[in-house]
Amino acid sequence: MTAPLPNLSNTADPLVLYGETFASRLLLGTSRYPSPQVLENAVKQSNPGMITVSLRRQGTSTTEAHSGFWDLLKKMAVPVLPNTAGCHSPKEVIATAQMAREVFETNWIKLELIGDDYTLQPDTLRLVSTAETLIKDGFKVLPYCTEDLILCQALVDVGCQAVMPWAAPIGTGQGPLNPYALKLLRDRLKVPLLVDAGLGLPSHACSVMEWGFDGVLLNTAVALADDPVAMAKAFAMSVDAGRTAHLSGAMKAQQSAQASTPLVGTPFWHQS
Amino acid sequence: MRIMVNQVAKEVPDNSTIDDVLVMIDAQPPFAVAINYEFVPKTRHAEEVLHEGDEMEVISPVTGG
Repeated sequence: MTAPLPNLSNTADPLVLYGETFASRLLLGTSRYPSPQVLENAVKQSNPGMITVSLRRQGTSTTEAHSGFWDLLKKMAVPVLPNTAGCHSPKEVIATAQMAREVFETNWIKLELIGDDYTLQPDTLRLVSTAETLIKDGFKVLPYCTEDLILCQALVDVGCQAVMPWAAPIGTGQGPLNPYALKLLRDRLKVPLLVDAGLGLPSHACSVMEWGFDGVLLNTAVALADDPVAMAKAFAMSVDAGRTAHLSGAMKAQQSAQASTPLVGTPFWHQS
Repeated sequence: MRIMVNQVAKEVPDNSTIDDVLVMIDAQPPFAVAINYEFVPKTRHAEEVLHEGDEMEVISPVTGG
């Protein structure tokens, strides 16, 4: 019988962002779950390193529906990562981030600056300067961005100590649409990289972790599963599996078959 | 004077502070405030006076992805 594998994500090989250590390489969103209870159970099952949260106008149906969310956050006691979802200008982003810092009492911010409402593609032309402004204001910025190498390098150059390229548009669950670019990013950038958005299956998460990404951030793939709690656990396991595989050093793919069973002593074998 | 609070028009007395308006709308903590796209920390809510046409945002935590 083999001993259980150690949980690499929270012992020998933790996720480190901006010098801070996190319990898991899985970051989990808190939206679109069937109920607060399901969200709480999904968090318990997956033990994410951070959970993402947001801000909306008080007095709207959205905030009324989440009136117990604040208490649930305190109960779950998982580090929170506020986002700037829905912001379409640097001005909106900066005000939202500053409000989030006061409400959630954290300098962490998931920078979202939307440039297109149909694809929710980030505004790559203004993302870098916005990230720089937030960093100068003391934020630990995790920018949601595309997989463009030059953009990601520019984000690093202005002080982002981690970058979060998308796998596919938010909420689509399509998995990595551009593996070449994501692998290139991993090869070229030395900062922590987390794939954020577009993952649909645990195998997607496992793949990017095998490629050497440092973590994944996802929401819809868990929240909209028939059984979100079980799916949360599946994603946590896949992230650990992918990370372990990455550290284990995969074999190189071969063009021709190579028998794994020894040939020497094969019964009934005759040299031709 | 007339101001906008979360995109809803409100008539408030002249020289109202942010705190005055928060009481008026029965704001429930936790929340944060911005005036005309500028964040105003809670330490300034008692002294910051609003002006005609100001746009005030009062936001609270919700779930997010």
